[in-house]
Amino acid sequence: MKETRTKLAEGVHLTCMPARKFKTDLLSAQFMTPIREETAAVQALLPAVLRRGCARCPDMGALGAELDRLYGAELDYTVRKKGERQCVGFVASLIDDAFTPGGEKLLEPVAELLGQVICNPAMKNGRFLPEYVDSERTNLVDAIRSILNDKRDYADLRLLQEMCAGEAYGVSRFGDEKAAEALTGEQVYGAYLKMISAAPLELFYCGGAEPARVADALSKALSVLPRTTVAPLPKTLRHTARAEALRITDAMDVTQGKLGMGFACGSDDFSALLMGNTLFGGSSNSKLFMNVREKLSLCYYASSQLHREKGVITVSSGIEFENFQRAYGEILIQLKAVQDGALDDWELEGARSTLCNAYATIGDSQGKLENFWLGRMASGREDTPEELAAGVRAVTPERIREAMGSVSLDTVYFLKGEEAGA
Amino acid sequence: MKKELYQRIGETVCREVLPNGLPINVVYKPDFARSYAFFATRYGGMDTRFQLNGTWMDTPAGIAHYLEHKMFDTEEGNALQDLAKNGAEPNAFTSNAMTGYYFDSTEKFEENLKILLSFVSIPYFTDESVEKEQGIISQEIRMIEDNPDWQVYAGMMGALYHNNTAKTHIAGSVESIREITAKTLYDCHKAFYTPGNMVLTVVGNVDAERVKEIAASILPKESGPAIPRDHGEEPAGVAQREVSRRMEVSMPQFLLGFKCTPTAQGEDFLRRSLIGGMASDLLLGDSSPLYQRLYEQGLINGSFGGAFEMMPDTAYFYAGGDSRDVGAVAEEIKKEARRLAAEGLDHDFYERVRKAAFGTMLRSMNSFESIAVSLTEGHFAGYDALRFPEAFDGITEEDVRAFIRDELTEDRAAMSVIQPK
Repeated sequence: MKETRTKLAEGVHLTCMPARKFKTDLLSAQFMTPIREETAAVQALLPAVLRRGCARCPDMGALGAELDRLYGAELDYTVRKKGERQCVGFVASLIDDAFTPGGEKLLEPVAELLGQVICNPAMKNGRFLPEYVDSERTNLVDAIRSILNDKRDYADLRLLQEMCAGEAYGVSRFGDEKAAEALTGEQVYGAYLKMISAAPLELFYCGGAEPARVADALSKALSVLPRTTVAPLPKTLRHTARAEALRITDAMDVTQGKLGMGFACGSDDFSALLMGNTLFGGSSNSKLFMNVREKLSLCYYASSQLHREKGVITVSSGIEFENFQRAYGEILIQLKAVQDGALDDWELEGARSTLCNAYATIGDSQGKLENFWLGRMASGREDTPEELAAGVRAVTPERIREAMGSVSLDTVYFLKGEEAGA
Repeated sequence: MKKELYQRIGETVCREVLPNGLPINVVYKPDFARSYAFFATRYGGMDTRFQLNGTWMDTPAGIAHYLEHKMFDTEEGNALQDLAKNGAEPNAFTSNAMTGYYFDSTEKFEENLKILLSFVSIPYFTDESVEKEQGIISQEIRMIEDNPDWQVYAGMMGALYHNNTAKTHIAGSVESIREITAKTLYDCHKAFYTPGNMVLTVVGNVDAERVKEIAASILPKESGPAIPRDHGEEPAGVAQREVSRRMEVSMPQFLLGFKCTPTAQGEDFLRRSLIGGMASDLLLGDSSPLYQRLYEQGLINGSFGGAFEMMPDTAYFYAGGDSRDVGAVAEEIKKEARRLAAEGLDHDFYERVRKAAFGTMLRSMNSFESIAVSLTEGHFAGYDALRFPEAFDGITEEDVRAFIRDELTEDRAAMSVIQPK
């Protein structure tokens, strides 16, 4: 069975991914908007406030009891960044009809509950409950601050913030701490009305039910959604390479240093960049893994990531403070090797199989499926996992050399210890 | 191989114990593109003291994990690359009581399985290669030491236990791993990587008979003796009431641990683990009155949660997360445990939690990793992990209440806190 995409209402589309092999069904509702400094925090706050309660189940206890009764169905709010889009909404997981002990059907009641949470929030005097807004604002501010707790994530985030300062891509998915702190109930409610009426809404279902049944359940559940004209989303802008690399150092009381390097990609040959990135630092037989870790024992992790929409590659590594120069130099040497085409056949075949394996297994996980199709919708791309794999298979060493030749160092970020001099 | 159907959860498993003592499970998943193989030994971070050839040996903290890193070395090169060349995604982990090696692939499954079984069963180290790994593992340890989630957990284990080796840091310390030599690694491999001490589990669209044939042809024909281990003589009561440290974190973080009575191997192990899990849901789960109250008071956020853990000679319950007032939250948890012990459980809530707990366990069966790891843990502890629906049937409200009353008491509690700088 293949995926189907149906329009349910103005700017509301349902993608059905039929599969009977899972124990559960996944149901997801995602509003997509351009990510902007002014709106990122308020939009990140919305699903958290909505998750606190709807008119029928007005608090966490009532909502939790309802979900427990539905065999521990999950209804989690999500805040993600896909290219220069912010995607906020809910992902629900429920036991498939085939496995409910009493033969109960859970799709309809869970879809209904999802609809209630989105369309019919707990309200007072025409506004969200102030105590919900206040406490979720505090939680959002705490979540933004807590990125600091995981130094690897923190360093990766700091690199992108500095590299893409002034660009939408430099805005984090939760937005800015100061903006979050200043949010009022009125602003949050205003943003809610705007989002549910005008933001494109992508619905996803993966499980054993027929698409018509899913469409019916969701149409009913979302029938009161006040849709107006939906404007198309602007494209993600590519990062422009800096002539001279930006260098940023932070100091903190840590035992391990974190080195982040950002590169701008000039090429549009996505399949070749993907192969080039995998060879450079995208797998456990990549040049970074084999050399920075295995040969020189400089680190436990050194890996690279391609940010497709943005045309950026980032490298992330954890090292001893005094090894900064060695690691930095070695990472550039390994990039040069990929750019020079110093690639053995086994490296090429390994990178190709790694990527094809990853594409082939997307359909084995409901979470990966949802994430993949959301990314596709957010970017406006049309390629399926099969087409992406075919693209990778067709890449030649010459194309890799050419595409990776357009990659240039843009930003260097180092998180060092307070006493260390690096 | 013997085929067993699990109707209530829709699984089919083929099983057999090879003549060399290795149990094999093949979980049949016909509609999936990926196949997953998991080869594990009952040997982890807590097994530092054991008897080999009649002599008790004390080995450095972190040795099981160090061995895991070095097992990928082969005489020809490195198995990680051999598997990656076939597009397989290999990796490994070491926990307190287990070391597991695995890969995930969509093609050349049999070839990959042969590589996995070979590199895990045939050690190849030199003093030089062992020394070279120190830099990598030292960086792994540094990374872990900067992680507040790990520090708060390590603090709790150290506070709960006087001698129990469950508190040993799995990766060891930068100092302890310096004592590790090729000789000790060979000794540990010989003792613990023997078919009778291991389990092979495959999940996917594979031919179970072929898995058996491949395992029989590659692995040793005989198993070594069972190895007695010493996890430390543990007195009643906690080692320390409270431990605390300061780190670069955004807000205070805590774990409140309860040292529980260990359970002997067998079917009761699974039952006990489900009871502990339900106790956690009832006491402080997302839909519990305590969770709701503390959340509404702003004392906890989404990071709050708890669990019950069991391992050989060890069992503990813990709860924690981020909070502005960690002391108040800990007191509320203890108070709620006392209330439930005295007043009993809310019957409707108990029934709901039971339904939800079944749903959560069933959901975990979507994950090949979780099926393989739970089947393996079951083998090591003497139960069939896929019989959880039947185990739930045999649990009563009183079982859960008794757990809360007897195990979650003040004298068993220890608190670990991370404060911001």
